[in-house]
Amino acid sequence: MQRIGVFVCHCGTNIAATVDVKTVAEALGHEPGVVISQDYQYMCSESGQNLVKNAIKEHNLTGVVICSCSPRMHENTFRKAAAAAGLNPYLVEIANIREQCSWIHKDIATATDKAIILGKAAVAKVHLNAPLTAGESPVAKRALVIGGGIAGIQTALDIAEAGFDVDIVEKQPTIGGKMAQIDKTFPTLDCAACILTPKMVEASQNEHITIHSFSEVTDVKGFVGNFTVTIKKKACYVDETKCTGCGLCTEKCPMKKVPNEFNMGLDNRTAVYIPFAQAVPKVATIDPNYCMMLKNGKCGVCSKVCSVGAIDYKQQDSFIEQKYGAIVVATGFNPIKLDKYDEFAYNQCPDVVTSLELERLMNAAGPNGGTLLRPSDKTHPHKIVFVQCVGSRCDDSKGKPYCSKICCMYTAKHAMLIREKYPDTEVYVFYIDVRTPGKNFDEFYRRAVEQYNVHYIKGMVGKVTPRSDGKIDVQASDLLADEQLHIDADMVVLAAAIEPDKTARPLATMLTTQMDTNDFFTEAHPKLHPVESATAGIFLSGACQGPKDIPETVAQASAAAAKAIGLLVKNSITCNPCVAHSNELMCNGCSSCEKVCPYGAITYEDKEFRMPDRTTAIRRVASVNPAVCQGCGACTVACPSGVMDLNGFSNSQIMAEVDAICK
Amino acid sequence: MQVNENKEFEPLIVAFCCNWCSYAGADLSGTNRLNYPTNVKIIRVPCSCRVNPMFILRAFQRGADGVILCGCHPGDCHYTSGNYFTRRRMTLLFSMLDFLGIERDRTRVEWVSAAEGAKFAATMNEFTEAVKKLGPNRRLEDLRCRKQ
Repeated sequence: MQRIGVFVCHCGTNIAATVDVKTVAEALGHEPGVVISQDYQYMCSESGQNLVKNAIKEHNLTGVVICSCSPRMHENTFRKAAAAAGLNPYLVEIANIREQCSWIHKDIATATDKAIILGKAAVAKVHLNAPLTAGESPVAKRALVIGGGIAGIQTALDIAEAGFDVDIVEKQPTIGGKMAQIDKTFPTLDCAACILTPKMVEASQNEHITIHSFSEVTDVKGFVGNFTVTIKKKACYVDETKCTGCGLCTEKCPMKKVPNEFNMGLDNRTAVYIPFAQAVPKVATIDPNYCMMLKNGKCGVCSKVCSVGAIDYKQQDSFIEQKYGAIVVATGFNPIKLDKYDEFAYNQCPDVVTSLELERLMNAAGPNGGTLLRPSDKTHPHKIVFVQCVGSRCDDSKGKPYCSKICCMYTAKHAMLIREKYPDTEVYVFYIDVRTPGKNFDEFYRRAVEQYNVHYIKGMVGKVTPRSDGKIDVQASDLLADEQLHIDADMVVLAAAIEPDKTARPLATMLTTQMDTNDFFTEAHPKLHPVESATAGIFLSGACQGPKDIPETVAQASAAAAKAIGLLVKNSITCNPCVAHSNELMCNGCSSCEKVCPYGAITYEDKEFRMPDRTTAIRRVASVNPAVCQGCGACTVACPSGVMDLNGFSNSQIMAEVDAICK
Repeated sequence: MQVNENKEFEPLIVAFCCNWCSYAGADLSGTNRLNYPTNVKIIRVPCSCRVNPMFILRAFQRGADGVILCGCHPGDCHYTSGNYFTRRRMTLLFSMLDFLGIERDRTRVEWVSAAEGAKFAATMNEFTEAVKKLGPNRRLEDLRCRKQ
């Protein structure tokens, strides 16, 4: 016989003002199995909790119903209180009579009736609650960081600092990411390479950090604390252990017409290459799409000049399998492709560049050695037009609906740097809004306007037309002066929107994490869990979660590291006991549940059963791994025999609630 | 059967809300004091895909006048793909219910995120009005279950 205690909270006047709590307690006291029904001013206060604890002991309760605020608020509080009084915490149910009753209704009579019904539903459910025990699973003391940009590097360094082994997987031949391509950083104007490269070196020298460059994650299995990840090390045709990074092969390689990705294709590299001078790891990589030896077997210059014999044309992709306790995603961003923006003539005119290309053009290690020259005729530009929000804040299908966040600031930076270095150059910036929230950001933007006389014009550029005399005609509207403008520009710089890296979506599928419609990873809670993904053990770092500037990225990277460390220090973790389980006696092994499980938690095993005629038979039945199951319940509905059920939200419990509400 | 003609018909509406989005959205409409009728009674489920068609049939059998199912927006499911199952299952179920005489307006699937408290309240107001217009559900109601 169940012995249930009902506790109705006044929540000061939050509940008591619109719900007659005494009537609720009285009515619920008559429900079958209820032995005590009380109301109290603040049930979540210490004395309120003591009231519950004492009642559990005194009446030897087998179930507790708290009529109070949302279970999202205080379910854990009351579960802990029940556990402290010796009752299984999963025998506590909450009836939400604040957020879903007293706060939304005005009429006391109907609100009280509704509160009673909600209470009855909770009582009906708690009758069927079963005591649950959370299981434990061990934690592998190693973390994986996917992506080796500034976010990944910072996360890895912080985790390594705490004494845990970390692996960085980077798809490019070097770590460093986008920050390595940037010339100066806002708002301090310090050199990006000067602050990034020491961190890259630190990461490569740290005994706890292993860098898998030119590698990709191809498979992720397992669950929090116990991921098994397969990493593909792509063939780079150079033995990493032998290569000293001397660069002799890159000098001698006869194939010199390969577009240089690091310089955004503005100049060429050789087929065997080291991405940039400070690359980490500093080893050469052979590009199989251009290498003549790999394409038609005729060349072999690099292997002849290599003094250590590191060149290996027969190298194959290799695979590493490793166990990890936590995974941090730091896949970063890319500027969008501007193919669809014909109005800006990006594909037609070499002097229309994106901001990241301008970044390379102005970089001392860039194609022009730091002198700003037009890509077309290598002359000095005298009039530069910046176009903001190219693809950002767009409501059509061409662009992105969100604000890319960093463009306003880097455009101010570019404008300022150009005016500083070349005072004879006029700079125009066309904007929709200038958004400068951030420490010292608005001051920085105002400096660009006031001190450097950058012409900021509110309005969008309608058309960019390259002319035969080499100038570029920019047609735009000035919204504040309400006039049409024509500017004869020498260069046009487009602040292209940023989007998540293309590898993010397949990765999210592998990790079973959520993404939003723009392919940014979704955090578990936008305010309270900003660096965790909704999948336990997977953390988010940097721009893969949303557009971010460098300080924010680093802050998030460290936060993700702290969360990962918090997981790795544990020897074992408690699992959510509200998981699916099947009744093996009735399971017919049809695989319906396995197909709908998003976590791969259901496997099939052959089990021996005793049949009614005393023979034994081997049958294939579903078995749920409780450590992998997240408790969504998809399988419970898919099961044609109805034998798959979910702890805490069982078929009979929900039916009982429906019945109680519809009575 | 006594029908009180003077009293306005008050439908009974069962709302299944997923724990991660819609239940939180319902909480948010409470926090923002956005009113919706007391007719709506919410049942919390971990994911909209936990809602077995049996629960909905049971609700109609026991006298519910409308059933609404709320989950995370497509693509935003906490469990990656649960709401896609919901969408497909409920399309089938609702067309079958329609065939059985349970009007389309009595059943609904709505995507409400944890941030859409206003949408939750508006949906519930709208849905309650729609069900109110249709009158009581007599088609599937099991009179043996009716409270005397």
